[in-house]
Amino acid sequence: MVKNIKLIAVVFLVVLSFFILLKGLNKTNNYSPNLNSSNIDFNFKAKFLYSNEETTLYKLINDKDFSLINIWASWCLPCRDEHPYLLNLNSLGKLNIIGINYKDSEVNAKKFIKELGNPYSKIIVDPSGVNSIELGAYGVPETILINNKSKTILKKYIGPLDDKKLTELKMIIKNEN
Amino acid sequence: MKIKILVLTIFYLIGSFNISYAANSEKVDQISKNLRCLICQGQSVYDSQSDFALSMKILIQNKIDEGKNDEQIYDFLKSKYGDWIVYDPEINKNTVLLWVLPLILFVFGGILIFRKISIK
Repeated sequence: MVKNIKLIAVVFLVVLSFFILLKGLNKTNNYSPNLNSSNIDFNFKAKFLYSNEETTLYKLINDKDFSLINIWASWCLPCRDEHPYLLNLNSLGKLNIIGINYKDSEVNAKKFIKELGNPYSKIIVDPSGVNSIELGAYGVPETILINNKSKTILKKYIGPLDDKKLTELKMIIKNEN
Repeated sequence: MKIKILVLTIFYLIGSFNISYAANSEKVDQISKNLRCLICQGQSVYDSQSDFALSMKILIQNKIDEGKNDEQIYDFLKSKYGDWIVYDPEINKNTVLLWVLPLILFVFGGILIFRKISIK
């Protein structure tokens, strides 16, 4: 009887750990907090790239339906790749694209915009990276879609935009309207 | 002899500089040791030199300067990045298994040993 219990216990533990590990295999390694729990503080202060004025994120969100916050830097190569997608999204006219220039030099940032075009309605700078952490970001590039009226995060992309994400973004904007 | 004094003075200056530097950020060190660096998993924010971790340390220093206590800083970061960022997760319905399972295994093992002994 005692032997049976032991055997059952061992088998149970092996099966249990097998399934736990199996489940872990399918999980992505990139951990991202769920959207509901990450609330944005719209009141953090930051300076504009093209002027020395201080502003808050709250002031930058305008009367359009959606805002797209994009964190970028001139030294970030994937940002270069995703830039055409931002220009494309800007041409839709439905988005207010806000750029956050992450840990960059002013000269290089301006050169980047001059060279590749400016999809942003406003660009604010984040020289120490602190503002990006206030947004719950990991690094560059990162893109956050916000509903301007409800001030909620609709979608968050870690890493550069691509064709798939672009279609998805367009779908979300279409469906929310 | 003069060189000896000079060298000793330099060492002393370097030493005192390090001490004052450490004293400034001791609190930051203490907090950042409990935080997981999210983009360089396996390291704490304290250990990491990634952009993310460096910014995090500046942010922690800012929050301390604002007069926030440890608890408030952890809560702030948890609200941004989730429970995962702290190495010491609190007990809630998602983590209850994590906390209770070792206890169950311990009791179960205890019972096994107890039975074995009493049979003998």
